[in-house]
Amino acid sequence: MKLNKILKNGFLIVVACLALSACATSKKSTGQMQGDVYTGTDTVEYLASGVPDRVFFATNESVLTTASRETLRKQAAWLRKNSKITIVLEGHADERGTREYNLALGERRANAAKDYLMTYGISSDRISVLSYGKERPVDSGSNPLAWSKNRRSVTVKAN
Amino acid sequence: MKNFLISIIIILIPVKSFSLIEVDITRGNLNPLPVAVSPLSIDEDSRKNFENILKKKNIGSEISLIVENNLRVSGLFNPLNKDAFLQEPDIANLKPRFEDWNLIKAQALITGKVSYVEEKLRVEFRLWDVLAGKEMMALAFTTVPNNWRRVGHIITDKVYERLTGERGYFDTRIIYVAEEGPKTQRVKKLAIMDQDGANNKFLTLGNELVLTPRFNPTSQMVTYLSYFRNLPRVYLLDIETGTQEVVGDFPGMTFAPRFSPDGKKIIMSFAKDGNSEIYTMDLENRIVEKITNHPSIDTSPSYSPDGKFISFNSDRSGYQQIYVMKSDGSNVKRISFGKGIYGTPVWSPRGDLIAFTKLHKGKFYIGVMRTDGSGERLLTENFYQEAPSWSPNGRVLIFYRETKTDSKGKGFSAKLWSIDLTGYNERQVPTPTDGSDPSWSSLLSN
Repeated sequence: MKLNKILKNGFLIVVACLALSACATSKKSTGQMQGDVYTGTDTVEYLASGVPDRVFFATNESVLTTASRETLRKQAAWLRKNSKITIVLEGHADERGTREYNLALGERRANAAKDYLMTYGISSDRISVLSYGKERPVDSGSNPLAWSKNRRSVTVKAN
Repeated sequence: MKNFLISIIIILIPVKSFSLIEVDITRGNLNPLPVAVSPLSIDEDSRKNFENILKKKNIGSEISLIVENNLRVSGLFNPLNKDAFLQEPDIANLKPRFEDWNLIKAQALITGKVSYVEEKLRVEFRLWDVLAGKEMMALAFTTVPNNWRRVGHIITDKVYERLTGERGYFDTRIIYVAEEGPKTQRVKKLAIMDQDGANNKFLTLGNELVLTPRFNPTSQMVTYLSYFRNLPRVYLLDIETGTQEVVGDFPGMTFAPRFSPDGKKIIMSFAKDGNSEIYTMDLENRIVEKITNHPSIDTSPSYSPDGKFISFNSDRSGYQQIYVMKSDGSNVKRISFGKGIYGTPVWSPRGDLIAFTKLHKGKFYIGVMRTDGSGERLLTENFYQEAPSWSPNGRVLIFYRETKTDSKGKGFSAKLWSIDLTGYNERQVPTPTDGSDPSWSSLLSN
């Protein structure tokens, strides 16, 4: 079962790499990436049933994708229902940038998520922002799929 | 640049001499100068005393090994094999038989003597021009025995200065971030070591993430980023006393700190609401000034050595590029216009160049350009490398490099590397663990 999953992931990574190197700039969907935004679920955890904890970004970007906005709306609905919960938005970057710039980029990404949550009625008092830059990747790979998983903002319960 | 290429070919022994030793430091290691480092001679009583105190069998030989290693690593010198030396160290120090040294093709010879004087280490050393058969320099000094490695570095600095006409950079230290553990959960500590990798010491325990340490001009203080209590803030550390304090206690992340050239201010970025701006803080009166004002990421600030200008990187054009402004934030000018993205500008101690990191087509480069952005020169290309820091004489850059992991995400490492401004003499700098974010101190003995 586990081996199966590993093999499957390995295969998908290979496919993703090939697709990317073949046409790096086109918005090609590979099953796990749309353009260079991660669309898979391998690394995603759940704040509650049906409420994913993270959103993903394109290289150098902090723009929320349609899927990211949907995830954040689910988080906002959950936060409205659980009004005592406070959260930390942890912003991250991939390893392909300088350390200091990536700290700023992680902060910008987490704030993009924060701004969106606020427009759905979550008070800024309940949200703090923490950038890790490229210091805490979830995937230690040096390939486009790994980098796409690492470009993220993760919503973490703070209490 | 052109200016400085010409000005540093130094001619030595101007008096009554038909031979010249010259070390052209603009040409890297193409023609390293053959030099014989004779072991410093030592009398038996002194040798025993130092063996008791320092647990080194022959401190004279140990010191000369440091000199030899420094000279070799500089890439400008070729220290000759001691097995070929014909003359005993003590006699050579009195009067070299130049024909013997000539025979093994030594052009310069270093001799000396160590003695134990009133519980101190006394060193004298001499630099000889073998072809001219002349003494070029003789110096003596006394210090506490524990400083014996520094003695080797100071001798190297003096020799380097005499032979190249430039200040040395050997009696210096490196502060850096020591790293261990898996890539997804790196444990990072501040560490300090001598320029040659000796005397490594950890300054923090690794309980919290620390990044980007940088020395103040006197190399006694360090400013760095710590995630203490999960609040990434700029800190100040006194290396001697170990005292730490927050200096960037703003309502948000402060990062990318550096000292001003007079050591009185810290310049850093402050990120809030998705926008990073550059600020300065006066360390005496704690007055904070906002230097940039732009809705883009402005970070990695670095002063010019005269304190009049600041270089930084910003993505205000869409991608990360290098900019220069006056130190009050006026007159912002983009200077990087090559292909790719540019970051981590650091002004050279001479003031004429800016070293940087560049990313182009999936490769990272360390390079230098003039302060107006012209004359870009890439020194080294790799999968990942960044964060150059200048040696105090502006001849060498130290930076860090990370490896690409394999398909299973294994094989990650981060190491310190150095390279000459010429693009020659690229070397890994030894560290006991992995390392990153190096910062080079000033010359400790002035």
